[in-house]
Amino acid sequence: MSRGKLSKVLMISPDKCISCRTCEIICSFTKDKEFNPKNSAVSVLTYEEALISVPIMCMHCEDAACEKVCPVGAIKRVDNAVVVDHEKCIGCKMCISACPLGNITFNSKQKKIVKCDLCGGDPQCAKFCPSGAIEYKEATPNNLNRKRIIAEKFKELFEEVEK
Amino acid sequence: MFGWTGKILRVNLTEGTIKAEPLNMDDAKKYLGARGLGTKIFMDEVDPNVEPFSPDNKLIFMTGPLTGTFASSSGRYEVIAKAPLTGTIGASNSGGHFGPELKFAGYDGIIFEGKSEKPVYLYINDDKVELRCAEHLWGKTVYETTDILLKENGDDFRVSCIGPAGEKLVLFAGVLNDKHRAAGRSGLGAVMGSKNLKAVAVRGSNSIKVADPEQFKEACIDARAKLKAHPVTGAGLPTYGTEILVNILNQSGALPTRNWRDGGIFENAEDTSGEALTEKYLVRNKGCFGCNIGCGRVTRIPDGKFKSTGEGPEYEAGWAYGADCGVKDLDAICKASFICNEYGLDPITMGSTIACAMELYDKKIITKEDVGFELKFGDGEAIVELTRMAALREGFGDVLAMGSYRMAEKYGHPELSMSVKKQEMPAYDARGVQGIGLNYATSNRGGCHVRGYTISPEVLGVPQKLDQLVTDDKANWVKLFQDLTAVVDSAGLCLFVTFGIGLPEIAEMLRTATGFDMSDEEVLKCGERIWNLERMINIKAGFTKKDDTLPPRLLSEPLEKGPAKGKVSGVPVMLEEYYKVRGWSEDGVPTEEKLKELEIEL
Repeated sequence: MSRGKLSKVLMISPDKCISCRTCEIICSFTKDKEFNPKNSAVSVLTYEEALISVPIMCMHCEDAACEKVCPVGAIKRVDNAVVVDHEKCIGCKMCISACPLGNITFNSKQKKIVKCDLCGGDPQCAKFCPSGAIEYKEATPNNLNRKRIIAEKFKELFEEVEK
Repeated sequence: MFGWTGKILRVNLTEGTIKAEPLNMDDAKKYLGARGLGTKIFMDEVDPNVEPFSPDNKLIFMTGPLTGTFASSSGRYEVIAKAPLTGTIGASNSGGHFGPELKFAGYDGIIFEGKSEKPVYLYINDDKVELRCAEHLWGKTVYETTDILLKENGDDFRVSCIGPAGEKLVLFAGVLNDKHRAAGRSGLGAVMGSKNLKAVAVRGSNSIKVADPEQFKEACIDARAKLKAHPVTGAGLPTYGTEILVNILNQSGALPTRNWRDGGIFENAEDTSGEALTEKYLVRNKGCFGCNIGCGRVTRIPDGKFKSTGEGPEYEAGWAYGADCGVKDLDAICKASFICNEYGLDPITMGSTIACAMELYDKKIITKEDVGFELKFGDGEAIVELTRMAALREGFGDVLAMGSYRMAEKYGHPELSMSVKKQEMPAYDARGVQGIGLNYATSNRGGCHVRGYTISPEVLGVPQKLDQLVTDDKANWVKLFQDLTAVVDSAGLCLFVTFGIGLPEIAEMLRTATGFDMSDEEVLKCGERIWNLERMINIKAGFTKKDDTLPPRLLSEPLEKGPAKGKVSGVPVMLEEYYKVRGWSEDGVPTEEKLKELEIEL
């Protein structure tokens, strides 16, 4: 279906993140009805020197490397989300290697790929983030521009941390 | 198993043995978890008269059934042992992320017994649990210890540890986790030090299950919405942190000033307020695990001689170093508070002990020869230097390391210690806020505000405004707050949730998480049971009615100015009523009937 009108994006504002990890706990619960941040598709990374925390999850890339690399076509775009069809998935983990952002993981207990699917259009991480660090917003030019600026900041931050 | 994980680790430090034991579910139902369950285990296994630093004392880490879940502010765990500062049962809790991680590793708690010959730390990675050498960590600060353990084991570990103060058995050393969060009070860090246990490093990959996932989620959403909507938890605490209370208490004439000698109004309160802190030094807010409030402060002093970065100070720390020491230099207050986290000290007792020393100096009871330098009220540099000295027991720091009561007694003036059961009272003058005085006098761990925070109704008007200057009916309020607090602590929640939610919301989360069919009243009964068990431990340890009192200053020296002018504390009047309300004897001992009603078996 066309992605024109429903298109919303997850917007991250690290400056607002209080590192409480509510996103992790509600994400794991939404997927498994259990609480386990290790099974969450969102992770809060804390950079202590920079005094900042960054919630990070699948960005649902327009040109998604995971989708391209999947040998069985289990990763497909549905509306504005890039989602894994667990029925089709053979657990080869190629997508994990392919994701340039490291936003796909593997739940070794359930033998299942863990990746954000935008909760079918109602992402719970954004819904319950207490500080507004994760928001789910219309992909207006303004918002997309802001997302780009934040992505640039991430890049700088990661580079700084790498050093 | 729902809510709880069903397993407790027992670590014998003398023998070097570790085993996982099943959780006693009857106890879990009666005492919930964390503070309640840990205290029950202590009662069953330890003589209340045990010497705090004896290998026979046990150090218990315990989480609650809600710890690590979607319940807001469920990041808490409790540390329990016989407390060296007070000689009472010691129970102190902390937020951050350590408690949840312990549950994700598959354990509700850890019982440490005995004493290790050499420094060790406990390594927990799910089922892999080992005592490991900590000789390379001994002498290191909390920050250093945490960094080293994360580097050695992986940065997804969570660390709870002691600093040099705990190693050196400073009587008010705390147990710190995630660097900046403290189970701070009563000296439990020194108990850990006495066992040669430097740290616990934990990583978990298991899930916590709840009995009714959908209903539990609903209950949590309801509580979160209420916390968001409430002016204290939705606006005041996130915006200014706990330091928001400085100006509020000062205006109500109950901000104890210069070792409580100069009344309840500090002329420089504005300089040390949450507003000033936010404007000058706040970098960002920080929340503990799953917290919908986010009162934590990451703060930075950008320049000057106290240039540094840390977290806090919290209101009580800011007060102890600020108004109580007469210090208006916010840089010094922040720095001293940071050192407490770094070296592992309770800032309330530390600041109050320095304030007491300042009064001893002012009265010429101690001199420059004792301290090593002049010690005047208002000296910002002194609070920073003395905190470091106390943590390391250097020079006069060795005297400060005893806490204010033993120090003042040493110099022949115990009445100048602003403490109850040898633990310093926090930042609310009991002459200006009557109910909190009764709570101080009857608190099971000595001078403490978070055993029954009646400041909420008396000063903040939550859930309803009470006249803070009267004693009428305060006994009932104190009992209610003490019992409810025991529930909150034992559930694994942060006490701050009680500004926005009450018994019905908390009980609903407990029911849907655990699957136990308990009415609201039965849940509150658990709190009363916990309170009475703690009381019985203290009674067996030799505490009596005469210990349920306040320093003479609060009973005989009226406040001279402000809204509470002319007031002394009415504790003697309220205490009699309190014992009645509690169903205790005239001497403050729980009656046979009461113990039977609460199903407490001794």
